Amino acid sequence: MAKLSVTNLLGIKYLNKDDIDLIFKTADHFKQVINRPIKKVPSLRDLTIANLFFENSTRTRLSFELAEKRLSADIINFSAAQSSVKKGETLIDTVNNILSMKVDIVVMRHPHEGAADFLSKHVSAKIVNAGDGAHEHPTQALLDSYSIREKLGSVKGKKVVIIGDILHSRVALSNIYALQLQGAEIKLCGPTTLIPKHITKLGVSYENNLKKALQWCDVANVLRVQHERMDIKYFPSVREYTQLFGINKELLNEIDKDIVIMHPGPINRGVELTSDVADSKQSIILNQVENGVAIRMAVIYLLAEQIKRD
Amino acid sequence: MAKKTLLNEKEIHIILHRLACQLIENHQDFSDTILIGIQPRGIYLANRLVQLLQEEYGIKNIQMGKLDITFYRDDFRRRNEPLQASKTEINFVVDSKNVVFIDDVLFSGRSIRAALTAIQAFGRPNNIELLVLIDRRFSRHLPIQPDYLGRQVDVIKDEQVKVGWKENDKKDVVYIINSDKN
Repeated sequence: MAKLSVTNLLGIKYLNKDDIDLIFKTADHFKQVINRPIKKVPSLRDLTIANLFFENSTRTRLSFELAEKRLSADIINFSAAQSSVKKGETLIDTVNNILSMKVDIVVMRHPHEGAADFLSKHVSAKIVNAGDGAHEHPTQALLDSYSIREKLGSVKGKKVVIIGDILHSRVALSNIYALQLQGAEIKLCGPTTLIPKHITKLGVSYENNLKKALQWCDVANVLRVQHERMDIKYFPSVREYTQLFGINKELLNEIDKDIVIMHPGPINRGVELTSDVADSKQSIILNQVENGVAIRMAVIYLLAEQIKRD
Repeated sequence: MAKKTLLNEKEIHIILHRLACQLIENHQDFSDTILIGIQPRGIYLANRLVQLLQEEYGIKNIQMGKLDITFYRDDFRRRNEPLQASKTEINFVVDSKNVVFIDDVLFSGRSIRAALTAIQAFGRPNNIELLVLIDRRFSRHLPIQPDYLGRQVDVIKDEQVKVGWKENDKKDVVYIINSDKN
């Protein structure tokens, strides 16, 4: 029967195609649930989930929180800004202190790559990675694929271009793994300084010209320029970035087909996307947000199922 | 594994007609009534009853929904094998309606308990009744009894009642299966 092959959700890298299918199938049911007059189910009423955000987040944290509440779990929130992390406590100590309060599942975002993986080896609770540095952001990739599947019927055989700051992006890496598992073709597009050196070894191609990339693709997943992660100048100016890699209506009109526009948010309007593109019919950005809740409900539900009670 | 036929096709046919008539007795033209099949196995029975009511008894506009109770069950994390959810299709409001739950076998009553919780997500029905084809007497864990029942049986715990439908299992039949290793 249908079970996840993993005991924690650390990254898409550890999942297989069946896991993704199961998550999507479960998310279909939860999407129905969250569109009812009463938007919750009692499945997780005896479980407690800790949301540990060692790095700022608005929508991912809200989305997880809502997903947990829709499943009737008890939740506690923690953000590093107001915590003892500042006083020098280690990650394992912080988490073990929280686990002593009888927490069953930990959702964690952390600025360091591998933090979720590390934690899963040292604590007994289920871990859901909500983003670790520039490594993985599995629930985002799942909701992206789910949104493509919803819009275009399937992911298999679709051509997806990921545009922008690939170097600092955990969304890009998770998306590459997820899309490849489902048989999509992937191209990356962005300034060469923001493309990791050996990324084509993952089986993706690279295109420097935005217009050519858009002409090739069915779906354009546009990433945010992450100014806060840039320690040096990767491109001369924001204006130049926008001219070379920003998508505007005129550019879309020059392409002879309607491509799907996606963005994990938050959008720098006028930088990677103009407002008329972000708000156009081709954009599924707000569908991504809605699907995010259903996907996170599915992931948490399927992991919770493994916590046996007698 | 011993298999005994409890009801054959003809007996099921007669019972379905009786259940349809009993429903008409209480619900007349079904204008304020909603039939809800409980997923997955209650759907076959619900479909049959709707078909009978429409074709044999000329009742039009019967509202029927399908309710999945997976996320409302009280044995989540207690089972060895995870349950697969089915689709819920209730495209109407159940507020102030007379709801009839339809399921094939009533055993512990826990599924119906879950269904009672699940239906609340769709409004506050005026009342809820329960129709089952087979009532396994003396096996209830909860104070839940059917309002309409096809056949009452006394079976021991090791025995399983299996309802087969033509559209899915080739023929209409109810078996009692003894899983005893003898």
